[in-house]
Amino acid sequence: MAMRNGRLASAMIAMIEEFRTSLKGFAMKRATLVFTLALAAGLSAQAASAQTLKTVKDRGMLSCGVSQGLPGFSAPDDKGNWAGFDVDVCRAIAAAVFNDPTKVKYVPLSAKDRFTALQSGEIDVLSRNTTWTLSRDTSLGVNFTGIAYYDGQGFLVRKSLKVNSALELNSASVCVQTGTTNEQNVADYFKGNNMKYEVIAFGTADETVKAYESGRCDVFTSDVSQLYAERLKLANPADHGVLPEVISKEPLGPLVRHGDDQWLDIVKWTLFAMVNAEELGITQKNVDEMAKSDKPELKRVFGTDGNLGETLGLTKDWVARIIKATGNYGEVFDRNVGAGSKLGIARGLNQLWNKGGIQYAPPIR
Amino acid sequence: MAIEARAPPSQFVAKLRRVLGGQAGWGGFALQILFVAALAWIGYEIVANARANLAAQRIASGFGFLSNTAGFGVSQSLIPYSESDTYTRVFFVGLVNTLVVSVIGIFFATLIGFLVGLGRLSPNWLLARIAGGYVELVRNLPLLFQILFWYLAVLAALPNPRQSISLFGSFFLSNRGFGIPKPVGTVGFEPFAIAVAVAIVGALLLRGYARRQLFQSGRLIKIWPYVLGMLIGLPLLATLIFGKPVTFEYPELKGFNFSGGSRIIPEFVALTLALSTYTAAFIAEIVRAGVQSVHKGQMEAGASLGLTRGNTLRLIVVPQALRVILPPLTNQYLNLTKNSSLAVAIGYPDLFSVFAGTTLSQTGQAIEIIAITMGVYLVISLVTSAIMSFYGWRIGRSMGA
Ligand SMILES: N[C@@H](CCC(=O)N[C@@H](CS)C(=O)NCC(=O)O)C(=O)O
Repeated sequence: MAMRNGRLASAMIAMIEEFRTSLKGFAMKRATLVFTLALAAGLSAQAASAQTLKTVKDRGMLSCGVSQGLPGFSAPDDKGNWAGFDVDVCRAIAAAVFNDPTKVKYVPLSAKDRFTALQSGEIDVLSRNTTWTLSRDTSLGVNFTGIAYYDGQGFLVRKSLKVNSALELNSASVCVQTGTTNEQNVADYFKGNNMKYEVIAFGTADETVKAYESGRCDVFTSDVSQLYAERLKLANPADHGVLPEVISKEPLGPLVRHGDDQWLDIVKWTLFAMVNAEELGITQKNVDEMAKSDKPELKRVFGTDGNLGETLGLTKDWVARIIKATGNYGEVFDRNVGAGSKLGIARGLNQLWNKGGIQYAPPIR
Repeated sequence: MAIEARAPPSQFVAKLRRVLGGQAGWGGFALQILFVAALAWIGYEIVANARANLAAQRIASGFGFLSNTAGFGVSQSLIPYSESDTYTRVFFVGLVNTLVVSVIGIFFATLIGFLVGLGRLSPNWLLARIAGGYVELVRNLPLLFQILFWYLAVLAALPNPRQSISLFGSFFLSNRGFGIPKPVGTVGFEPFAIAVAVAIVGALLLRGYARRQLFQSGRLIKIWPYVLGMLIGLPLLATLIFGKPVTFEYPELKGFNFSGGSRIIPEFVALTLALSTYTAAFIAEIVRAGVQSVHKGQMEAGASLGLTRGNTLRLIVVPQALRVILPPLTNQYLNLTKNSSLAVAIGYPDLFSVFAGTTLSQTGQAIEIIAITMGVYLVISLVTSAIMSFYGWRIGRSMGA
């Protein structure tokens, strides 16, 4: 009995501790990030120089910003290992640099803290379903490296409301996560269609979804892929449906700090390598086989001819390292969010350009 | 030749020298100037350097963003606001929301805190235990947890708008909040307002007169019938002559939500509830300590004068205890105000959420926005402290201390 109580007590202490840390992580995280940024900007002799690759190598770890838990994109699995589409991008970069996809430190970030974390140098790359927009590209001191996932914003509603179109949402209450493009798009959409609405913006995805589930909102809005991901967290996913309208373009992709072209190239070409591998039919399984090929194109890709990898600052076998670690773009998509996953999202726009989609990578040559 | 007395050295200059230079005299003064100048120079260098670095990293800097269009909606705003307004307006919307939740939270926290604090000292065993249990339970659970708890509890308890609970067909309670009729001024409004103002001024004058009479000639004048008459009669008269001062706009279910009327949103209710019950637990302890610091003889003296326990507390003990209570009470008020920044967890649009949150992530101007926000919380805190100091000073004076 005493033993039981002791365990109960320690479980409760653990729970309280957890709240404590989440409390701290709440305002403190943001304050620390901004403070680091201010210090770095105010006191450093010159702006962060083009040293990311060296920093990463010296540290022996890639520091990768991800979401705080979005199934299919970036979430810890039952064993506590991070997994998902965005996580595989981090793993691919680590594989290219270290030949070891596990050398990644994951930094979970809310929508509103993610850019500050990148600016302040806490992370080397942000791979967190982030939409590429002009203002982000030009005023946040970041550079987008490419489009890993073509997405758009949609609405999730209770099927019991019998709503069939977003245009029937006049006067609805909308739950959204703060600091996202979604928060702005929803304002544009309702205003543009002369509809009234009430928007309630929450700090994290979990809070947003909870409020929606409790009935505070009629609608939960986000990028469509994330609607499918968050729907899995609801008690009865089948009671909720995604409306047909897609109200915005949400090209999602990894981004890096401005001013380090070499690092920008590495992240950009890691992504391109995955897409090119799918196009060339290179898979996680057959990569060793393919590497022996003497087709000129494959020889360039695998570095058995020329030194393209080295010009990037990597090794000759960089593509093989990446594909061994994560598989090609199509495999990554299927495993995490596509047919082979719980989300079951169709390839759609993310199909390769020669198969009816718009996913396209410049050639490796 | 008469010797003129030497003029005494100017008191003023000596004093100035002491004030400015301390014991080191003018030399000390010069040193201080130098020190301040050096500080200012370092400060300037840091800011200039930061600007240059941010520009080199292509991070926007400066305060120009404040006049850009915000482009996002806010669920509660007591000043007119729409998506096409600027970030400056967002700032004020958030500031007002923070102030509202803080002021109302402080009011209830004080009320509950005093009741619980006094309850804990009550000779009634049960009451004292309940008050004690409240304090121990509430102050030992993390505030963020309590905010989320109240929010989800409030939401879980309320029906959706289509099944809302209606009171008299004009108040509606649902998980969208509490819909109440909104007063809309009509032609009769101005005369009505003037009548109320006149009545209030009249009542105050009358009270002043009555007090003077009491203190000077010991005459007790019964004024409340006149006061009541004025406060009710004058506005009534104005209404009879000029017509109804306001009409009410009633909330009405349209589509998904109530339109018309005013609405108190659940986020506001949950945040106020959590902040005031949480802070009340600390205030209760402060009140208890304050009351216990007053000598027991005071209580007995009150009893021997034939005062009831309640009156002794109210008239004798609490005023003395206030001197001990006020400084830590001020701290609690400041804490409550700062804790209101946890609002973003439940989507209440306070300053921290809409300005240091949404605006920051849309513009990316972290340093400027955090500086402004910190400055604002600092000013709110200083003003609160100043008000409380003034109040303390008045209490001290009235007790001749
Ligand atoms: N693509 C959008 C939205 C990104 C976003 O934050 N979406 C939410 C949807 S709920 C999310 O992923 N949240 C996960 C988290 O905060 O951990 C953007 O870049 O602003």
